Amino acid sequence: MNGLLGKKLPGRAVPMIGCVSVFLSFWIAVAGFFTLLGIEEPKERLVIQSLYQWLLISWDQGRFSLELAFRMDPLSAVMCLVVSGVGFLIHLYSVGYMAGDDSQPRYFAYLNLFTFSMLLLVLADNLLVMFVGWEGVGLCSYLLIGFWFTDLDKARAGMKAFIVNRVGDFGFFVGLMLLFWTLFETSGGAVTGLSFGQLQEAMPRLITARPIWNIEVATWVALLLFVGATGKSAQIPLYVWLPDAMAGPTPVSAFIHAATMVTAGVYMIARLNFLFLSAPAALAVVAIVGGVTAFGAATLAVVQNDIKRVLAYSTISQLGFMFMAVGVAAFSAGIFHLVTHSFFKALLFLGAGSVIHAVHHNDLRHMGGLRRYMPWTFLTFMAGYLAISGVPPLSGFMSKDEILWAVFTSHLPVPGLGKALWALGLITASLTAFYMTRLVILAFAGTYRGTPEEAHHLHESPPVMTGPLMALAVLAVIGGAMGLPAPTHLPHALESFLKPVLGDHGGSDPVVHAYGMEVLLMGLSSAVAVAGICGGWLCYVKHTEIPARAASRFAGIYRMLSRLFFVDELYQFLFISPLVKLAKIAGHFDLNGIDAGVNLTSWLTTKLAVLVGWEDLQVVDGVVNGLAGVVQKCGDQLRRLHTGKIQHYLYSVAFGLFGLYIILLLL
Amino acid sequence: MFAEHLLSWIIFSPLVGAVAILFVPKRLPNLMKTLALISTAIPLWWVAQLYNQFDPADAAFQYVERAPWIKAFNISYSVGIDGISILMVLLTAMLSFLCIVASWNIRQHVRGYFALFLLLDTSMMGVFCALDFFLFYVFWELMLLPMYFLIGIWGGPKKEYAAIKFFLFTLVGSVLMLIVMVVFFFGSAEPTTGLHSFDLMILADQSMHQSLLLNTTIRWLCYFALLINFCIKIPVVPLHTWLPDAHVEAPTAVSVILAGVLLKMGAYGILRISYPLLPDMAFVFAPYVALFGVISIIYGALCAMAQQDLKKLIAYSSISHMGFVVLGISVFTNTTAINGAVLQMFNHGTVTAMLFLLVGVIYDRAHHRIIDGFGGLAKTMPIYAGYTGLAFFAALGLPGLSSFISEALVLIGSFQQYRVYTITATSGIVLTAGYFLWTMQRVFLGPVKEQYAGLPEINLREVFTLTPLALIVVLLGFYPMPVLDLIGTSLKHTVDLVLR
Repeated sequence: MNGLLGKKLPGRAVPMIGCVSVFLSFWIAVAGFFTLLGIEEPKERLVIQSLYQWLLISWDQGRFSLELAFRMDPLSAVMCLVVSGVGFLIHLYSVGYMAGDDSQPRYFAYLNLFTFSMLLLVLADNLLVMFVGWEGVGLCSYLLIGFWFTDLDKARAGMKAFIVNRVGDFGFFVGLMLLFWTLFETSGGAVTGLSFGQLQEAMPRLITARPIWNIEVATWVALLLFVGATGKSAQIPLYVWLPDAMAGPTPVSAFIHAATMVTAGVYMIARLNFLFLSAPAALAVVAIVGGVTAFGAATLAVVQNDIKRVLAYSTISQLGFMFMAVGVAAFSAGIFHLVTHSFFKALLFLGAGSVIHAVHHNDLRHMGGLRRYMPWTFLTFMAGYLAISGVPPLSGFMSKDEILWAVFTSHLPVPGLGKALWALGLITASLTAFYMTRLVILAFAGTYRGTPEEAHHLHESPPVMTGPLMALAVLAVIGGAMGLPAPTHLPHALESFLKPVLGDHGGSDPVVHAYGMEVLLMGLSSAVAVAGICGGWLCYVKHTEIPARAASRFAGIYRMLSRLFFVDELYQFLFISPLVKLAKIAGHFDLNGIDAGVNLTSWLTTKLAVLVGWEDLQVVDGVVNGLAGVVQKCGDQLRRLHTGKIQHYLYSVAFGLFGLYIILLLL
Repeated sequence: MFAEHLLSWIIFSPLVGAVAILFVPKRLPNLMKTLALISTAIPLWWVAQLYNQFDPADAAFQYVERAPWIKAFNISYSVGIDGISILMVLLTAMLSFLCIVASWNIRQHVRGYFALFLLLDTSMMGVFCALDFFLFYVFWELMLLPMYFLIGIWGGPKKEYAAIKFFLFTLVGSVLMLIVMVVFFFGSAEPTTGLHSFDLMILADQSMHQSLLLNTTIRWLCYFALLINFCIKIPVVPLHTWLPDAHVEAPTAVSVILAGVLLKMGAYGILRISYPLLPDMAFVFAPYVALFGVISIIYGALCAMAQQDLKKLIAYSSISHMGFVVLGISVFTNTTAINGAVLQMFNHGTVTAMLFLLVGVIYDRAHHRIIDGFGGLAKTMPIYAGYTGLAFFAALGLPGLSSFISEALVLIGSFQQYRVYTITATSGIVLTAGYFLWTMQRVFLGPVKEQYAGLPEINLREVFTLTPLALIVVLLGFYPMPVLDLIGTSLKHTVDLVLR
């Protein structure tokens, strides 16, 4: 059943294989889902399958042992369904979208690899296998964003995605190491791997570990892992890759944004909920980062003119909502929004792809009136639009509202923080409705603003593309039914299904429910959504001069927004330029420092050799010759003593004896 | 008769081939090449046998052969293998064989090239099998000679400079090792006979150390001298500057051997000579060695980022990757890191071999290696780009490929003992991703340059050299246990020696 892995062989020439293999895995995921449902006792809904021993190293004090194992429990089942289900629709859509592109085999191979990596990520039973999928999706995003690699900008966008993700992965990996060794040492070697079961069991020990710099180890680990999540799920400060990721083919954008990749961070936190719960401070950070990202990205989305970029920022913003949810320990609300978001965001992206397919560019300023030319795209897009704007009772409303309620009632360590985040979320929700209205009006309403010749070519996309759109539209409309709000007194299917994994923290507790309050808030958020929509309508239909006036009135802010708060430039200035400079310095130092030192040594040695050669000739030889000369000279001098006259000898003897006598007397 | 002397056959059959090549008439270069191919293929086959019969659960040396050699100094010809050396022998046999194939397009002085290459093969095998310090030293020195000529004759424009630099650097180390060897010879004695010895097993027995070797300062100096020797070979920053020059100037196959096998000898020497002979000092030096390992990782990566020459970039990346080995072998609190380090030795051997072969492919076609001089090659040479992509991603430690396992094991293992070092080393993975992808982009992506639009795609012979390595890289990424099983017992034994 968990053989979800096997059938991901690289797709061959036929897109069929690509689609069929993903459909197969969807089908198996469905089977897996029902197998889990078939298990009566919710607590026992868990299947672990180990393929083989992946790593095993043992020493006297312990072991490091990991299996290549998969875990099917309610959480991974939901994720699997989303990944393979939405993934399948996107594959199907790609058949139409990529028709005529001569590198289709490569495309489908990458796309299948992408699905494989994501499934590996969600099914992994330990952190390291998860990391394989985690980096695997990074690789695939690199390959697919830079799919049209002859365009250097697209290739660059791919590279940026991978490297920014790597920065996050660095945090993830350090967190993983810290977690393992802390548990290893506090358990005296009993913890041998990183499987989730083992981690959960050993989690109470983490509290007993000695804090580092007065901060609990659990907080450190959670924060480090969260760094990884910000990379993958495009949160502040590592979100910069996602808008550029639009360079890839549009179905890929849909895939990255909806079904895979960006949801990985949210999934990871939900998967490790037991860890994050023991680190409340880290959770608060998650919630704050989520809230600020949600708001910031929504403001950026307002000024974008590229249809895909608007959607990209809206993804970042919606992901911010999910992080807010998991940040206030409402894990199942986060997953709920993840699921509904994957429906409507995939729909919106594919719809945008359909539009781009027709007009051959991304610029909203040169669209308009498309609803007449592409009715199905328009209709389905409307469903997605209303869902993301939070119009009840569509799916987006249900999940977003659950998050807002959870944030409102949360107990974050800082008093008032929950309320503040809730307010921020509410404003963001209104902004969302506003910029989505803007997008829809600019693209579909009014008259076509491109050249007449282009207008002539406008056409509806083939059924293989509109089919998935319709399927997703239906899901986006009714998807909310799996998590009905508490005041309806209807079962919250998703929450109760996820309960065995996410525990009782998943969302709001019906017992203490203040129904009245919740209904009030629901009304408020609906009103806010409608306000946003009306605002959009006002600005872009009724008084079209408002946006231009506002832009010139607040030129500074507008510039900031349209240049994305200068974050790219800031990173370039803060990190990339210094790094390149540092590399240059290192290379320079290597050549002119160390290597020059080596060459200097060799130069000195040769010079020394020459010197020694000279010295040998002049000095050593000279000394030898000189010594001979000295001896000769001495001999010459001494020879003069040998006069051969007996009187001279006698005088000398007498003089010597006298001298000795004197010496004896003195002594 | 044959089975007992299997190791000797493996060591000396390339030498036999080398001698045979000397007698082939000059007009038959292809016969020479074929002979060289055979005399590397047969040892490869035998090494496979060796691998099959080897008992990884046994920490003792296997296939041991002993014969007295120079009786006056009690020097014996003794060889044998344990889990660490068999892995290195395997790597050597494989790369030697592939390198002969990769050298098929050598035109000048064919006889000399292949004879020297086979001599090099013998000396490398000898280093990994020797169990006698003197024999080890002889093979170690023997390796210098063919390497010097292979770079100096068949190399690039600055070949003389590079060859002499390589020679002198290695020689400095060797002299230091020679001194240590003499100290050990006189500083230990067999208890029964009172004879001095070069036998590594006897020298490792701490109870046989006497006089000189009981002095801590002498031991410290001995360890330091050995360390310098081995660190030159690995190479560890700042003793590395011979490497980029030697790599850039050496012909492709020689670069492959240099990076794939020779660099491993440094780390192998530490495990085989330094640790068993001076375990107390190993403990003292370990933190400093680890520090230099981390410096190598970061510094090598930064230097790689600054390079313009593709081959030089890979040379610096080798320094960076070998830094993981250095870090890993300095950890004694667990064996995860050291296992990762030895696995990394093997993985680096295969991955770097691929990288150098790939650079050779493009150099043969474009006659230069300036990174910015290319662009859009993925369009003209898609298969070549695919292989390079695989090699690059393997080198940057992508999970699912072999290097990830080894680097992850080194990092995870080292974290227990050296937290700050390990975190610093981990940041190296971001740098590595940076410079490899940046290179990938500059060489393969973007619009196609006109003058390279007609470059011929990678040929069958080149594919033949790359494919086995690619398969190993993928296989060991998903299933590294065969190697870990092989080396685990021996490494645990080595660490126990140091801890005792």
